[in-house]
Amino acid sequence: MNKVVLEAKEITKYFHDPVTVKILDKVSFQLKQSEFVSVIGRSGCGKSTLLYILSTMDTDYEGDLIIDGVSMRDKKEGELAIVRNEKIGFVFQFHYLLNEFSVLRNVMLPGLKLGQFSEKEIEHRAYEKLKILGIEKEALKDPNQLSGGQKQRVAIARALINDPLLIMGDEPTGNLDKKNSEIVFNIFQELAEEYKQTLLIVTHDNEFAARTTRIIEMEDGHIK
Amino acid sequence: MEFKLVYQVAFSLLIARWKQTLIAAIGVTISITMFVTVLSFMSGLNDMLDGLITNRTAHVRIYKEIQISERQPADFINPKGHNFVSSIKPKNELLGINNSKTILEAIRKDDRVLGVAPKINAQVFYNVGAVDLTGAIFGIDPVEENRLFKFSDYVTSGNYIDLKNIPNSIILGKGVASKMMANVGDVIQVTTSKGDQVALRVVGIFQSGIQDLDNVQSYCSIGTTQKLLGQPSNYITDIQVKLKNILWAPEVAKEYQRIYELNAVDIQTANSQFETGSSVRTLISYAVGITLLLVAGFGIYNILNMMIYEKMDSIAILKAVGFSGKDVNQIFISIALSIGIFGGLMGLLMGFGLSSLIDQIPFNTESLPTIKTYPINYNPRFYLIGGTFAIVTTYFAGFFPSRKASGIDPVIIIRGK
Repeated sequence: MNKVVLEAKEITKYFHDPVTVKILDKVSFQLKQSEFVSVIGRSGCGKSTLLYILSTMDTDYEGDLIIDGVSMRDKKEGELAIVRNEKIGFVFQFHYLLNEFSVLRNVMLPGLKLGQFSEKEIEHRAYEKLKILGIEKEALKDPNQLSGGQKQRVAIARALINDPLLIMGDEPTGNLDKKNSEIVFNIFQELAEEYKQTLLIVTHDNEFAARTTRIIEMEDGHIK
Repeated sequence: MEFKLVYQVAFSLLIARWKQTLIAAIGVTISITMFVTVLSFMSGLNDMLDGLITNRTAHVRIYKEIQISERQPADFINPKGHNFVSSIKPKNELLGINNSKTILEAIRKDDRVLGVAPKINAQVFYNVGAVDLTGAIFGIDPVEENRLFKFSDYVTSGNYIDLKNIPNSIILGKGVASKMMANVGDVIQVTTSKGDQVALRVVGIFQSGIQDLDNVQSYCSIGTTQKLLGQPSNYITDIQVKLKNILWAPEVAKEYQRIYELNAVDIQTANSQFETGSSVRTLISYAVGITLLLVAGFGIYNILNMMIYEKMDSIAILKAVGFSGKDVNQIFISIALSIGIFGGLMGLLMGFGLSSLIDQIPFNTESLPTIKTYPINYNPRFYLIGGTFAIVTTYFAGFFPSRKASGIDPVIIIRGK
């Protein structure tokens, strides 16, 4: 029996602007280790909102969120930042790499922040992650010299640097062409199968979702 | 480790926008340069103007004033009543200070005193053909006078020490000399107030910078003056005291007045307008300097604000990968402080350079014979204030934008795409 990595307990969220709308209504579910889960649903059903709450970046909700057995409810901003740094890896629709840094530096950044290893070790680990993703040759380039697909792979490498408990993706293939989407999906699948990585991916792409191990379908703020 | 990372990120952001950074730093540099230069220059001018008076004025001047007795004989006969006595005249007495040698000795032994110089004030007429010009001769001790009041600075031709070495010599005021068409080496005639005519050799020309003074004033040695007046060698009219600290003057003057039963006046009372003038000028120069720094502070504030709007995405991503608001705050504060420290240091260097340059500009004026270039005061205090202020202003200029950056909600930015 795999342990529970993340648990949502009756999460409810309102939007207040311009009028109060209930966007999430008592969403509860569990995520177990090494599960590859996709969240699908129509635009506006609240799936991205849910992801941001689960990622601890959005703290304005009712209910409770438990990550790795610890409640996130009453944690302070600084403590949540540490949780994100240590336990969650992010992949967004846009790559969001920092253009001021080289590819390698971008991957290293969360590791440097965590400060668990020396800078040398972090660099070594960053190379390893880039190798898994097949882009170690691009390590010393600037992000804006890379193609869209490569950038997204760098972003995945960055998500992996601290060996997170969980990787979250917000439409990670939404901005990529068919071929690159395929590459990114295969990477996720490889991570799930070979490295037993837990993944929670929000997506529009039903084809993508169909190939994951579990699908959470959302409609009007609930899980269907 | 933590700080190193913050600094690395800050540095990368700085380098990425190096043109803006440079402009912000130049803003600080210019304002610190001007701050240091304005203060050094203003304070140099101030010192020069104050020096006009303080260098050649005694801190405490002791003299005897001819005045009527406060207690008249009637007061002794009827001490309790009111006595009305009108048209009282002062008693005929000598202007010289009684027992002057002993007093000089006593004052010289006082720990607070830097030096004492005796002086004789004599009224004379300069004879120019048939015309007599009124004038005054100060009898001085040339060596002491030079040590305490920089006498030689104002002797524009000839040598002041000749006053001591050549008997019956005189240093003429510049105005007097030109009226008499006298040069160094000439012999002139003066008539004393008692009617005696004396020939004196001119050994120097004196220019104080105050024209009214130069038109009447001349200097002789104490001995020559005593001879002119037909007085004994203990006759002096003034004792000039220079103290180790000018601020003690009022207190010391009061004390001497009591002990020696003479009049004593301190420099602050005698020249109160100078103190007011110099403090107002200092105030103005500080106000100008601080305004410059504030303007530079607003410049940094603007640039950091813009940088934060530009870097919204980067801030959001830093937060998403685990940087806390505090880290983001520190990053932007470090950016502001780097600009402040770099710009400030450059400003101090350039301020020193510009002041040195001003120091080289010729500045010749009739009234100030010793000043050849614009005066600059290289007081390290201005550099300290400038440097501190640069860092403090940039810190505050960075403080509010940094707080804004640390408060950015990453969700809004990531969702906004």
